[in-house]
Amino acid sequence: MTLTRRQILAYGASALALSAIGFPTGAMAQSDELVIAYNVNLPSWDPTTGPSAVNPTIQGIYQSVFDQFIPQAPDLSFGSGLLTEWGWSDDKKQIHMTVRDGVTWHDGSPFTAEDVVWSLERAGKEETGNPIQFVWKNLSNFQVDGNKITADAAGYDPALFKWMSFLTGYIMPKAYYEKVGAEGFEASPIGTGPYMVDKFERNAFVRLKAYPGYWGDKPAYENVTIKFVGDAASRVAEVESGSSHVTLEIPYEEYDRLIAKDDLAGSIDTVSDIGMIFLNDIEVMNDPNVRKAAVMAVDKKLLVDRLLRGYGLPIDTLETPEYEAFDPSIKVEYNPEKAVELLKASGYSTDNPVKFTIQTTKGFKPKDYEMVQAIVGMWRKVGIEANIEVYEIAKHYELRAADQLAPAAFYNWGNAIGDPTTSTGFAMYGPSPHSVWDGQDVIDAINPLWGEADEEKRIAGWKAVSKLIADNAYVLPLIQYAQPIVHAKGVNVVPHKSGALLPALMTPAS
Amino acid sequence: MILQRFFIRLFTMAITLLGVSVVVFVIIRVAPGNPIAMMLPPGATDADIERLRALYGLDKSILQQYGIWLSGVLQGDFGTSISLRQDVLGLVLNRLPATLELSIVALLIALAIGGPLAVIGAREQGTGVEAGIDVANGAALSIPDFLWGLALILLFGVLWPIFEISGRVSPRLDLPFATQFYLFESILRLRFDLTKDLISHMFIPALALALPLAAIISQLLKLSLKEVMTLDYVVLARVKGFSETQVILREALKNAALPALTLIGVQFTFLIGGTVIIERLFSYEGLGNMAIDAVINRDLPLIQGIVLVFALLFVTINLIVDMTYALLNPRLRHG
Repeated sequence: MTLTRRQILAYGASALALSAIGFPTGAMAQSDELVIAYNVNLPSWDPTTGPSAVNPTIQGIYQSVFDQFIPQAPDLSFGSGLLTEWGWSDDKKQIHMTVRDGVTWHDGSPFTAEDVVWSLERAGKEETGNPIQFVWKNLSNFQVDGNKITADAAGYDPALFKWMSFLTGYIMPKAYYEKVGAEGFEASPIGTGPYMVDKFERNAFVRLKAYPGYWGDKPAYENVTIKFVGDAASRVAEVESGSSHVTLEIPYEEYDRLIAKDDLAGSIDTVSDIGMIFLNDIEVMNDPNVRKAAVMAVDKKLLVDRLLRGYGLPIDTLETPEYEAFDPSIKVEYNPEKAVELLKASGYSTDNPVKFTIQTTKGFKPKDYEMVQAIVGMWRKVGIEANIEVYEIAKHYELRAADQLAPAAFYNWGNAIGDPTTSTGFAMYGPSPHSVWDGQDVIDAINPLWGEADEEKRIAGWKAVSKLIADNAYVLPLIQYAQPIVHAKGVNVVPHKSGALLPALMTPAS
Repeated sequence: MILQRFFIRLFTMAITLLGVSVVVFVIIRVAPGNPIAMMLPPGATDADIERLRALYGLDKSILQQYGIWLSGVLQGDFGTSISLRQDVLGLVLNRLPATLELSIVALLIALAIGGPLAVIGAREQGTGVEAGIDVANGAALSIPDFLWGLALILLFGVLWPIFEISGRVSPRLDLPFATQFYLFESILRLRFDLTKDLISHMFIPALALALPLAAIISQLLKLSLKEVMTLDYVVLARVKGFSETQVILREALKNAALPALTLIGVQFTFLIGGTVIIERLFSYEGLGNMAIDAVINRDLPLIQGIVLVFALLFVTINLIVDMTYALLNPRLRHG
């Protein structure tokens, strides 16, 4: 086909129009600001109420704007923040806190002990909808003396101050909130954190500006834009095209591909999220031989190496190495031969396999379905025939709350404060709606630990619970997840063990 | 006659919307997933679960819940979103303009691509050009819009990064808009810098949505044109000495476009449905993107509100297409 002069002119005009609409420089992130492609949306600016308050992934955004009562360092250690000192009275009936002086809210008004008291009282009220109200409601009779606060505690809770670094543990501005109300706060939130909210487009982006009056170290980036990019492929494109400087939670294959590029780098450290398989005390799972065989037949290292490209850590209990009650001496061996023997003792073999259902999500966590498929394959070799049932995470929550999960169910569990109560405790304590195994021996072992005042004894007690669980195969711990973060080589990123991606920790690379 | 047809269509619209509301209300309540279970913190007790169920009215029967919801809707109260804790109607109306703008731009792109291809195909009947257009149409139709989206992200976002690949507008820009119709308002305010930025964000998702529709328009209009071009008045135009292009554009196109109109209207509603996935892929802050979050969070009031607004949109578009067809078609116009 030959082109006429008219056609050439038309094609030229079209190309010109396309270039004019396209925005070659605009598609690249500006060098004077940090742009992050984040994997979740921010549904609400109130970090203390509603479902978003218990979404661990969102905490990185909240922590950029608000301060928690007690901050947590990237290694999960607790440090001095708006509370500079805290503790229990000797009789464990009262708590005391000291509030930092010289801190201001983003509107310039002073931060006071009254803000701390109001935040804790508000969090403890049922009507405010704080999902962790069951912790905060135990504090009452607050007394303020300058920057010192005391309060009565309904009972000793060894994890109370750790909760102050965790979900809903944020200090809110009393005077400002009372002035503008809930809707006004959503429209224009203020905190005492390193960044103030400059502009927020729901489901699209939030633009943050460094707060000049911040009490801590000034963040390296004056302006930060966090784009909410829910699709992993789009996040990969964002960072690959240079539209964003940093992104996270992308497939491991893409991580390897991207960090091989000249202008990109990355980190993939373990975080406080684990993958596990709940075992329910129903049907064949009441046979200890079946449970133990199911646990022993799984080669977790192989799962990590083959499915997660080596990114992740096999675990033997629900406690990871960063957690206080982690006991490296507790080991669950991979021993398929012994699994065969155990099943044989209960009358099962590869010709006459024990049968049950395993439930899993597909795509909710990296390689969740593939991991369960591989486990089912390992089980098949020793005489376990498991039928895979895929469900959505919402269905998992519903079934778990009603204690109606299948004999085996894959799930992931986060525990950023590292305390055994919020990992082994809530996951394995029968009366908890989050627990699946309801065995009385575990309940009896856990009961005295909830209020144990002797910390050494408490941690030793939780280690003993982990041993009891491992010895009896009441749960199948699988892996500690690693979080992939990819960033431009011009940016230094400090990963946080909690999985929160914090722009205040990012600095330009020299 | 047309007025009578209009009122009949309005009545059937109301019945359709009522039916949709019943079906959606029941389905999302019997479907797996409980919004309360998703909100449970560690350590929640049975009393906490009951308190939350009562707070969101989920402790009542489905019939009671529907009655409460419907009476609210009739008074303009669509309830409060569980996940966003805001008025559902406000949220939906806030997002609807973004989705409408994206859909309209996609429709315009589809017409801009499909129309000329149809004319060229009709003019070049039986040649390699027509066969090439048929192959292109087949490819555009057989690849779903979200795959087009991924391919276009790779092409225009990564390999040749001339368009934005996420969001609706650049975060660094300050927007002076009074409404959520950013694109239309930027044109009316003569703020072409903003128009350019908005189109830069909208072009790839709109193109991904438009390609399948462009193929349909091209195929349908081409067939219609070929049929009309055998009619006597078109033959007469040729005899008068008009060129083939003039014959198509001046004589055949008007009559050929009429049958295509109805189908384009129907396909446009499918295109709006396609925005759900495309908006997610491009992090475009429209109604579809919000719908996915609502489903993930089992936000029942928000799902109901979004579906009802989508349904209203569909029946309204069908009404407009029907009325336009009636106005343009002399046989219907004169009864």
